[in-house]
Amino acid sequence: MSNEAATATTGVPTAAEAATAPEQIPHGLGSSLPPADARAKTEGTFPYAADLWAEGLLWAAVLRSPHPHARIRSIDTTHAREMPGVRAVVTHEDVPGTPLYGRGRADRPVFASEVVRHHGEPIAAVAADHPDTARMAAAAVIVEYDVLDPVTDPEQAFEAEPLHPDGNLVRHIPLRHGDPEAVGEVIVEGLYRIGRQDPAPIGAEAGLAVPRPDGGVELYTASTDPHADRDTLAACYGLEPERVKVVVTGVPGATADREDQGFQLPLGLLALKTGCPVKLTATREESFLGHAHRHPTLLRYRHHADAEGRLVKVEAQILLDAGAYADTSSDALAAAVAFACGPYVVPNAFIEGWAVRTNNPPSGHVRGEGAMQVCAAYEAQMDKLAKKLGLDPAELRLRNVMATGDVLPTGQTVTCPAPVAELLQAVRDFPLPALPKDTPEEEWLLPGGPEGAGEPGAVRRGVGYGIGMVHMLGAEGADEVSTATVKIQDGVATVLCAAVETGQGFSTLARQIVQETLGIDEVHVAPVDTDQPPAGAGCRGRHTWVSGGAVERAAKMVRTQLLQPLAHKFGMSTELLQITDGKITSYDGVLSTTVTEAMDGKELWATAQCRPHPTEPLDESGQGDAFVGMAFCAIRAVVDVDIELGSVRVVELAVAQDVGRVLNPAQLAARIEAGVTQGVGIALTENLRTPRGLIRHPDLTGYALPTALDAPDIRIVKLVEERDVVAPFGAKAVSAVPVVASPAAIASAVRAATGRPVNRLPIRPQAAVVTEQR
Amino acid sequence: MTTHAPQAAQAVTLPTTLDEAVAALTAVPTAVPVAGGTDLMAAVNSGQLRPAALVGLNRISEIRGWQYQDGHALLGAGLTHARMGRPDFAALIPALAAAARAAGPPHIRNAGTLGGNIATAAPTGDALPVLAALEATLIIAGPGGARREIPVSHLLAGMEMLRGGELIGYVRVPLLHAPQVFLKATGRTGPGRAVASVALVLDPARRGVRCAVGAIAPMPLRPLEAEHWVAQLIDWDNNRAIVPEALHAFGEYVAAACIPDPVPAEDGSVTPLPPAVLHLRRTVAALARRALGRALS
Repeated sequence: MSNEAATATTGVPTAAEAATAPEQIPHGLGSSLPPADARAKTEGTFPYAADLWAEGLLWAAVLRSPHPHARIRSIDTTHAREMPGVRAVVTHEDVPGTPLYGRGRADRPVFASEVVRHHGEPIAAVAADHPDTARMAAAAVIVEYDVLDPVTDPEQAFEAEPLHPDGNLVRHIPLRHGDPEAVGEVIVEGLYRIGRQDPAPIGAEAGLAVPRPDGGVELYTASTDPHADRDTLAACYGLEPERVKVVVTGVPGATADREDQGFQLPLGLLALKTGCPVKLTATREESFLGHAHRHPTLLRYRHHADAEGRLVKVEAQILLDAGAYADTSSDALAAAVAFACGPYVVPNAFIEGWAVRTNNPPSGHVRGEGAMQVCAAYEAQMDKLAKKLGLDPAELRLRNVMATGDVLPTGQTVTCPAPVAELLQAVRDFPLPALPKDTPEEEWLLPGGPEGAGEPGAVRRGVGYGIGMVHMLGAEGADEVSTATVKIQDGVATVLCAAVETGQGFSTLARQIVQETLGIDEVHVAPVDTDQPPAGAGCRGRHTWVSGGAVERAAKMVRTQLLQPLAHKFGMSTELLQITDGKITSYDGVLSTTVTEAMDGKELWATAQCRPHPTEPLDESGQGDAFVGMAFCAIRAVVDVDIELGSVRVVELAVAQDVGRVLNPAQLAARIEAGVTQGVGIALTENLRTPRGLIRHPDLTGYALPTALDAPDIRIVKLVEERDVVAPFGAKAVSAVPVVASPAAIASAVRAATGRPVNRLPIRPQAAVVTEQR
Repeated sequence: MTTHAPQAAQAVTLPTTLDEAVAALTAVPTAVPVAGGTDLMAAVNSGQLRPAALVGLNRISEIRGWQYQDGHALLGAGLTHARMGRPDFAALIPALAAAARAAGPPHIRNAGTLGGNIATAAPTGDALPVLAALEATLIIAGPGGARREIPVSHLLAGMEMLRGGELIGYVRVPLLHAPQVFLKATGRTGPGRAVASVALVLDPARRGVRCAVGAIAPMPLRPLEAEHWVAQLIDWDNNRAIVPEALHAFGEYVAAACIPDPVPAEDGSVTPLPPAVLHLRRTVAALARRALGRALS
């Protein structure tokens, strides 16, 4: 993959191009096939869950706790029930099934009953004939609280009164690897804090629940893991899973577990209770209060190195704030501990990791969880080490990077391609962006923006590096499996697979796979619901791997069914026949027929599964082959810092990534740009502040996402295509790893520009100021 | 489709003159005037405000432009930020134009108005420090064609209030024919709320410097002593020259005036300012220094 191919990102043909040259539309693997719904999404006609409607629907509203920690003395719904237009009010008493749910550990109530453990926890829900009536009725539910002291400091959670019957500790991993007595000639230490990022999906949560005649319920919502959500819903409603159906609507942005079940559970419950369709659309504030955030993390590191800068030992303590409920914190902790040393060869590692519950808003899966926080810390340590040894930061990193065959601190050998040195060299050697003095004719965008207070004389430029790694697919023995069905009829192929298109591009990829295998250009991807076999959650790049693999197998089975009779007739094997542009030809050109003729009006179906090789949980000393595969990314950041005001502008991010194989260049570039930009937010502005457990400014004015002016020039300088032999197509996950590396790279560049330690993300202006004393 | 309440019973009046608007407000005392709606409609949509009736001010053409009056500009309260940001306006009152251009993303600037910025009186309102530095006065339209004039700072400080039925009609701003600067520190490169802002105008006729600091207090702060002090150091007859050290000292002076040192306790011990406040003070000092430097360059 060369530079020019990587930067050719505009794969969507204009209407004029498409009309005049239909044969130019890209197809097959490796092409920039545009998404089928791109046009509708651009024009705003694509329907999302918030656009759904049903005859006679009711509107739901959820009452949420105003306190981070309180004992509930009583809940009085009398007034709310008596309000005209109110059809149902539900509380914990109305949950027919299991009252607790949770990914991994069932510690979370559908509605709070005795205690509330975080600000925004659902307590009651109302269905009414008008959304305002529902909201007013929710406000009319009288809850008497005994307000308790919140536990908001994760360090205090160990000693504090237990918030849950099983204590506050979710998980502790004491990783031991190598010789504890090893000591390096050079030692650097650091304490790092990572803030609370909100996934801030651009479309807030919404859903429609429709009761079924059989006493079940159907939910139309933007779930990213419909089958798991269905199972939770069914358990909490006390219904068999078959009687609950989750139908996936368009997903308006998902960089995390998209739909908090705190929305889905009340919604379906109200539909069951009233027998009417019920709709819920969350406000932006509710969205901030309801869904899971990135784990705020406290990290303490000590790196030992020899005089040449080779790492000897890494000691670290990592504390993840899980918030009020466990959610996926156990997985995040495993990633944080396993990747605590980064993509570097470390013979001796001693990492203590804890995830604890507090009264802060719950943390959960946000892409790159665990890996992102440790990356910011280990890269800061590498910068400190380089400074102490007087080495170039890139050179120090190159002396330590891992390659295929090296061993992780978990004892797992890296068997997949790990071209880390190649990635780092690519970004290091890429030409630096011009300085404003070299290009005076161009308007120089200073830190602080076009009308800001920036002054060229106070601006310093810095260059820094970050190398990130993530694991792909679920870890530690999770059963990662996906099932897909491919059907062809009348020259049109259809893919049925419950892998949700979250914007990651799965539905486009599925079309490309079928085009490649069957030579049929017209491929449709069916909408997803839980009547299909499960495909699992859309995270950690698993759909490209397991669902893409399942689609390919199914398509190959269909191909065999199609060609078998012909091959038999001509006495050759199906491998000697090929399908291109709807025509079947034999290797010697003797046979030539069309797919339509070969089909002879038949319908061909095949279903297949893909299940990667199994993994094992980390043992009591943090050892084990826990991951299926890993992906790497190196980023070089160039920043301008106004050293008096402490304002930072990221000028350019040069990205080199290990992608295995490029399946869709345009989509790949878009995913990298999106991930890198999310990282800019973590580095500079995104931090959901929760003083004393209360979420402040739950809106997009107070919570500053990067705008077009904040997003830097993103240069994809190299995509290393070293195929991963165990992965379908040899492709790796691409979305998460740029999020992991870019905040570390930006912090490193600010460090270079200011000489300040920069040990907290997001970087506060006062941490980037150079005062006179220096 | 919207989830918001259809405002069925709500009366909306669209007057075309200032006096009609005042009459409409007087007739329905619970009615709320709305111009750009960038603050008001956010409050309505979040359910914090349910106005019984609205009086739209967008059709009052007399307050959407400006006119000249004995050395002053009479700015209509309905001027949008987008309009104030254009070059012809910038030639008249450069600092107000700069504040208008920095006031937010384009869709906010297209709707938000000067009068709305004053009426909302948010601490981070970008036009407010400029109006304070210019010592602008407001012309308030009242029932029966009444007009009264109050300094903008009196309204912002709560010394005087708008009475029932009254509307901000015009803002009277002196035309100073000299450099003016508005600088704003924000948390990001894209549009954002001011962490601190400084407006600084030169008044060569009176050989004065006027400066106001926004966003750090509920209303803009005027460091009067610093203004008088620095005005004496400027060589007004020689290209407004100043020694660079004075720029520095002015910045520190302004910052210390706006964010004073803590008062020592009875036993003489001093609690130092918290780091965040110290950073804010440094920011104000840098902004004031840069503003004066740019105005005099």
